[in-house]
Amino acid sequence: MEFPEGLKYSKEHEWVLVEGNTATIGITEFAQEELGDIVYVELPEVGEKVVKDDPFGAVESVKAVSDVYAPVSGAVLEINDILPDNPETINDDPYGDGWMIRVELSDTDDLKDLMDAEEYAEYVQQQKENDEEEDEDEEDEDEEPEDEEDEDK
Amino acid sequence: MRYTPHTASDRERMLQAIGLDSLEALYRHIPAALRERAKIDLPQGLSELAVQKRLSVLAGENASAGDWSLFLGGGAYQHFIPSAVDAVISRSEFATSYTPYQPEVSQGTLQALFEYQTLICQLTGMEVSNAGVYDGASAAAEAVLMSRRIQPASRRRVLVSKALHPQYRAVVCAYLKNLQDIALEEVAYDGSGATDVGALTARLDDRAMCALVGYPNFFGVIEDLAPIQSACATSGAQLITVTTEPLSLGLLKPPGDFGVDIAVGEGQSLGVPMNFGGPAFGFFACQKKFVRNLPGRLVGETVDADGRRGFVLTLATREQHIRREKATSNICTSQTLCALGATVYMSLLGKSGLRRMAEINTVRAHRAQAMLTRQAGLAAVFTGPYFNEFVLRGAELEKLFENCAKHKIVPGIALERWYPELRDCFLVCVTEMNEDEEVERLVGTIVE
Amino acid sequence: MSEPSSSNPRSLAAEPKLIFESGSAGRSACLWPLEGGEVAELIPAALLRRDIAGFPELGELETLRHFTRLSQRNFAIESQFYPLGSCTMKYNPKVNEAVARLPGFAQIHPLAPVALSQGAFALLHELEAMLAEISGMERVSLQPSAGAQGELTGLMLIRACLTERGNPRKKIIVPDTAHGTNPASSTLCGYDVIQVSSNEHGVLEAAAVEKAMDETVAAIMITNPNTLGLFETNIEAVAAVVHARGGMVYLDGANLNALMGIAKPGHMGVDVLHMNLHKTFSTPHGGGGPGAGPVGVKNHLADYLPVPRIVKTADGFTLEEDSPKSIGRVRSFFGNFGVLVRAFAYILALGSDGLADASRMALLNANYIRKNLEKHFQLAFHEPCMHECIFIDRLQQRSGVSTLDIAKRLLDYGYHPPTIYFPLVVSGALMIEPTETETPETLDGFIDAMLAIAEEAKNDPELVKHAPYSTPVRRLDEARAARKPVLRWEPPAANAAS
Repeated sequence: MEFPEGLKYSKEHEWVLVEGNTATIGITEFAQEELGDIVYVELPEVGEKVVKDDPFGAVESVKAVSDVYAPVSGAVLEINDILPDNPETINDDPYGDGWMIRVELSDTDDLKDLMDAEEYAEYVQQQKENDEEEDEDEEDEDEEPEDEEDEDK
Repeated sequence: MRYTPHTASDRERMLQAIGLDSLEALYRHIPAALRERAKIDLPQGLSELAVQKRLSVLAGENASAGDWSLFLGGGAYQHFIPSAVDAVISRSEFATSYTPYQPEVSQGTLQALFEYQTLICQLTGMEVSNAGVYDGASAAAEAVLMSRRIQPASRRRVLVSKALHPQYRAVVCAYLKNLQDIALEEVAYDGSGATDVGALTARLDDRAMCALVGYPNFFGVIEDLAPIQSACATSGAQLITVTTEPLSLGLLKPPGDFGVDIAVGEGQSLGVPMNFGGPAFGFFACQKKFVRNLPGRLVGETVDADGRRGFVLTLATREQHIRREKATSNICTSQTLCALGATVYMSLLGKSGLRRMAEINTVRAHRAQAMLTRQAGLAAVFTGPYFNEFVLRGAELEKLFENCAKHKIVPGIALERWYPELRDCFLVCVTEMNEDEEVERLVGTIVE
Repeated sequence: MSEPSSSNPRSLAAEPKLIFESGSAGRSACLWPLEGGEVAELIPAALLRRDIAGFPELGELETLRHFTRLSQRNFAIESQFYPLGSCTMKYNPKVNEAVARLPGFAQIHPLAPVALSQGAFALLHELEAMLAEISGMERVSLQPSAGAQGELTGLMLIRACLTERGNPRKKIIVPDTAHGTNPASSTLCGYDVIQVSSNEHGVLEAAAVEKAMDETVAAIMITNPNTLGLFETNIEAVAAVVHARGGMVYLDGANLNALMGIAKPGHMGVDVLHMNLHKTFSTPHGGGGPGAGPVGVKNHLADYLPVPRIVKTADGFTLEEDSPKSIGRVRSFFGNFGVLVRAFAYILALGSDGLADASRMALLNANYIRKNLEKHFQLAFHEPCMHECIFIDRLQQRSGVSTLDIAKRLLDYGYHPPTIYFPLVVSGALMIEPTETETPETLDGFIDAMLAIAEEAKNDPELVKHAPYSTPVRRLDEARAARKPVLRWEPPAANAAS
């Protein structure tokens, strides 16, 4: 899995590319993999304000919808207009052509809460381990011996 | 027992396999206090023959269209249904299948619904149709909810024509009452029997969300949608047309040709028996740009792993099983088999047959109206053009209806209960199923 | 697996054309003659349309053949075992079809004078009483067209009652196991949804509900048995907690097939419920309806029931159209009358003993399947199940085979798959509800198929992962359908131009 250096990452699996006062935002490789084939992308309009930690759009696969959360606050300067007709671009190139919006940062302090590539890679690893643990816990539960007589009570 | 095939030895074998000693053991975990009071106090089951007899008696106590002369419309219509329609929808492959969530084994239903969606688009002149909703009234309510999703929050005024079917207005009201931000306003009709366009235009401003107009309306009058659509478009409000008699669209300029935003209505006229008001189906069509806001199921075309054409339910992320509280609607089970019946009906009549049927309705209704006004002393109430329903005024309506009933005739629907200003007026419907001789008998009975 | 021979256009497996791709200009299967009138003299030309472009033009046999061929591409209860959990795919009796088609039911008009439809009202009135008795409720409305509309109606009743008491409140509690219609209906009724988690045994706990319950909560929506097929053992305690703070209890009756003659929701502290006639009461699913979702209430909600209401008097049946406290109407006329006739006939046929037997056999069949599969598929819960059982794909995932794959492979064995991936609280759910109308031999055949697939999952996972092979179409590209929606046929000229 890719974790490009030079990007910042949020706990909700968005990435941010900071260039001066402009932030380009998309979802990470981990996120697009979890979603599966993306069929539709809901984006804000140019000029709209996005607020840190609030949803600014949504990404849809065939069987699920996921809100996309703003990792930073700002005003939308640009949206990626190939996404409406080619939403699968996010699957194919989540960090490049699959970028979603570009905003003008309203508060650079917002970036402090984000992770760098190494931290995010660890975070993803932790998520995967948590999921496995949950599975194992369930397995242990299921391995309890069954007592047929109990069902009659 | 009835429909359960298990013999005593079947039960024994199965209980043994499960490891239980009795059937009661299967639900012994349910609190005893509940189990003790659960006996159903109803008579014993009847044999199939007894069920048939019982139902026949009940059916015999109703005035059916084959037996009586019914001149009744008002949202439910007596039309000829070719036998082939029932032959198709009686097929158990259509009738006893489930919602097509496993498309590989539901291509029959899915393709038929894709054809249905296409036919509704063609009939209404709209760009996209869903696979049907419960009925015309709930379709109207869902259309308003859809408009609410599309329009900005500053627009929350809904203008409803008073000439729209009263039950539909009631359903729209019931649905909207629970949403605190909507204001419902009624717009009067004028002497032609159509919505008062001036009154409507006066209320269309930047707070207007949408307008609802019958097409044809409850009085049978064909509204002129051009000035209405124009007024709506100018103010930024959406126009929703509601068609209770879609056979009219075989002949009339369809809503799509006027640039309407959402066109809904009741599909019963299209090959579904009256069934005392249900089941039939509501049809729901709109402009392509609104497709993601549509309620209900949508069937889309795609290909399978071998490149063959196939059909699937699509854009399901709008729906309740995925979007849950943010869904476009809560609708799950709809009226698929009835929509299928309509698909067969429209296919059998086809381009020329549907238009011809609509022409026959028009000609018969106008001929009947002429006879009733000239020979039976009744007065036409409205001046607007009409399809197969019209309003007449008479004297002593109660007596008139009583007299007709003696001859097994129901001359129409008295309007006073919904329109107190239309006392002594009644709505008459004449379709291809009302023979000329029936109209003559009606005239004769009234004149008596 | 052999491929279907679609190269022969007359073979059963051949891809059918669309109705618009068949026929010939000018054909019609139903063209009546027009006599004695000119439409042009009756309706202004500006209101008339051109011919409907693209509308079908076929003969009668052509049309019948088209739809018959389509029907052959469907699974259905009468051809295949359909163990869809929470759908209750039981036998749809033919006698019900026959009586529903009697002209005295099919050809009657809903706005005819009441005196001319006394048989219809007698039927509806008696059906209301039957459903009230079966569910343990006090009054019933037959108006809602489906379960989801029943839910909306029930919530509207609650809202109306609470409004009259002074405050409609703002929220509805919905368990994590709830069917998607529950939160969707709540939103439609103007309520926000708060979710409460079930415990590790798959049921709600009063303590958890108590934490979520306060004076801003209007009601809780509970399904019992719940969507895991488990009896909500704490339901009375949960109801008490909600009632104590002035809220009400709504029961989603989708799983009523497990309870008839065993336990009545009316005794569980339920204020209002809906029933699904197209599930518990045998009316056909029709590929997605029509159904019916009547609501049952306790007397304190009766004033708010939809109008019109059927009233029995000494002179026969009349209609109460005006009731100031009523929520009004949720649909036109009286509801899906034709569906109600079928349910009525079903209840008459089964009677008190037959209904109780139906639920017991439903439980027997479900437990039999569960017992025979539990060594090869992972059970989701070990609690006693009722009319449906849930497995997950844990064991099969070891070789990369998922619930979806198992479902698709079942198609090759000639079975409609169980409900999959619902409820969401269980990962990879496979929910099996056989219903009571299936023979033990059918169940054995299904069990054998599932065991065979379990073997295949171990020894030849790729086979399972690319199933189905023998259905009219293989797995369909749903992503493509959603990305580039094609929702109608267009004539070829239009396609060429784009």
